[in-house]
Amino acid sequence: MSNPRGRFGKHGGQYIPETLMNAVIELEEAYDKYKADPEFRKELSTLFNEYAGRPSRLYYAEKMTKDLGGAKIYLKREDLNHTGAHKINNVLGQALLAKKMGKTRLIAETGAGQHGVATATAAALMGMECVVFMGEEDTKRQALNVYRMRLLGAEVIPVTSGTATLKDAVSEAMREWTKRISDTHYCLGSVMGPHPFPTIVRDFQAVISEEIKSQILEKEGRLPDVVMACVGGGSNAIGTFYHFIEDKDVRLIGCEAAGRGVDTFETAATIATGREGIFHGMKSYFCQDEYGQIAPVYSISAGLDYPGIGPEHAWLHDTGRAEYVPVTDEEAVCAFEYLAKTEGIIPAIESAHAVAHAMKLSPTLSKDAVIVITISGRGDKDCAAIARYRGEDIHE
Amino acid sequence: MSKIKKAFENGKAFIPFITCGDPDTETTRACVLEAVKAGADLIELGIPFSDPTAEGPVIQEANVRALSGGITTDKVFALVRELRKETDVPLVFMTYANVVFSYGAERFLSTCSECGVDGVILPDLPYEEKEEFLEPCHKYGVDLISLVAPTSADRIAMIAKEAEGFLYIVSSLGVTGTRSEITTDLGAIVEVVRKNTDIPCAIGFGISTPEQAAKMAALSDGAIVGSAIVKIVAQYGKEAPARVGAFVKSMKDAIRT
Repeated sequence: MSNPRGRFGKHGGQYIPETLMNAVIELEEAYDKYKADPEFRKELSTLFNEYAGRPSRLYYAEKMTKDLGGAKIYLKREDLNHTGAHKINNVLGQALLAKKMGKTRLIAETGAGQHGVATATAAALMGMECVVFMGEEDTKRQALNVYRMRLLGAEVIPVTSGTATLKDAVSEAMREWTKRISDTHYCLGSVMGPHPFPTIVRDFQAVISEEIKSQILEKEGRLPDVVMACVGGGSNAIGTFYHFIEDKDVRLIGCEAAGRGVDTFETAATIATGREGIFHGMKSYFCQDEYGQIAPVYSISAGLDYPGIGPEHAWLHDTGRAEYVPVTDEEAVCAFEYLAKTEGIIPAIESAHAVAHAMKLSPTLSKDAVIVITISGRGDKDCAAIARYRGEDIHE
Repeated sequence: MSKIKKAFENGKAFIPFITCGDPDTETTRACVLEAVKAGADLIELGIPFSDPTAEGPVIQEANVRALSGGITTDKVFALVRELRKETDVPLVFMTYANVVFSYGAERFLSTCSECGVDGVILPDLPYEEKEEFLEPCHKYGVDLISLVAPTSADRIAMIAKEAEGFLYIVSSLGVTGTRSEITTDLGAIVEVVRKNTDIPCAIGFGISTPEQAAKMAALSDGAIVGSAIVKIVAQYGKEAPARVGAFVKSMKDAIRT
């Protein structure tokens, strides 16, 4: 979908220091070589199926469907993957690629900790060294995931610069990569950053929509009317959309974190409040002030608390192929609780943003319509934070 | 002829980097004038950015101080207009692509030209992406300075061939900041640069002592020093200008041939 040098329309590109240019060129060449290599495909598919537990279930949420009284709702259960989120798809792909490239060390950024845990897991499995950068603020919000990463043998470095959240973790991982390139692969966790990352990560996550398509055809004998997912950088969303992009009758909806509301400064809704810019290696939409200073964004969800969006999403927005809607903290928390009580499924607070929008959308659609919501991760990691949001202090 | 070339006509050039608005624009103005008086041949003026991914902690913190002090791109331009009343030393902006892009590349570069900025360094704008910025640079006669790094290898010739103003050679891997030792084979890089361009080249990143500066300038046409100066400003604040001047003098004396 991307043209040469990783452009999606006007977005994308490679806005990085010269020091890293040969590293991303080497990565692109290696990826081009291995992506079509049957041996590589076979190894990755074995890891997906035997280790990560793919394919993930497409579950008919019957109680939710009846309760909302509208469209038929299916949940794509990425939360059931090993390590509890869709992040493992990308990480297994990149770790395997890095290994083929002769790299012995993985570095990664993480927001909620799911990508960090997935990277630490892949590093443990493949016998690689692992260093994860995590905003200090997030290490507090997601203390359990910090422990999981350390348990898996990774070093976790709390980042104190800037707003001490996901964007600062990305900056610090990029700085670390410029220091040490020869043995190190930067395992970027979303469809963002310089080319070829947005394409590589999308291709590894595209397994989500590939599976949805065959599963829904089997269950319903037709394509869904809507597929939807939450969007921070946008990796589970692009994974959910990808194989439906050419199916023009399928609506693609990305749910952004509005935080306390898109009319406040405490928001992370990039499409709703950002404008075109250049940051973290890519041209895309970013939350920023009039002088291009990146805004300190906010969301209850550490995984969506990012001031930008992947370049392919920016392009899908420009062309009108996908819709992006903001969802507030309050709506997401209500959806988190709703899915737990209605279906016995505790979604990640990130994924709850998509559930929240589905709760609004579903009653407006006919009973014949079919919606697929990707539950990108499980919510165990969020229980303490949601309890705090509701005024209850629990000790993990 | 590019005014930047002039900076390399008094023997080896010494190029200090100063973060604009750290801690305020009046201090920046005084630091620049002291540096010029002490023999600085070209001044790199940093326009702060919220998330400077090529900087180490010293310059990151300077950006935070300057931005919380209220510095903006417009205030930096106003500062340059003030400076231009007192000095004709070549001035080069060092900032990030988004600062220029957000201001509007056309508007940014026409303002550079109008107030007397001679060049722009954008560390997150590699060769492959420069076209969009190069057009307005040429239109308004502002040099877009290129960088080569220790990892550039086969890219050095390509970059050098199209370089303008001066070529910025990054001394070592990693971000800006002082280093006790620089181990890159810079001689080999300079050799490839010389084969492919006539413009001067200067080495930066990690240089903090007169000895290091002398060594780097001997290998090339000049030395660029950032973090060591920013540290002085961090420590002495409004009292920094005279100390920055003394430091620049010690560096320029060390590299004079």
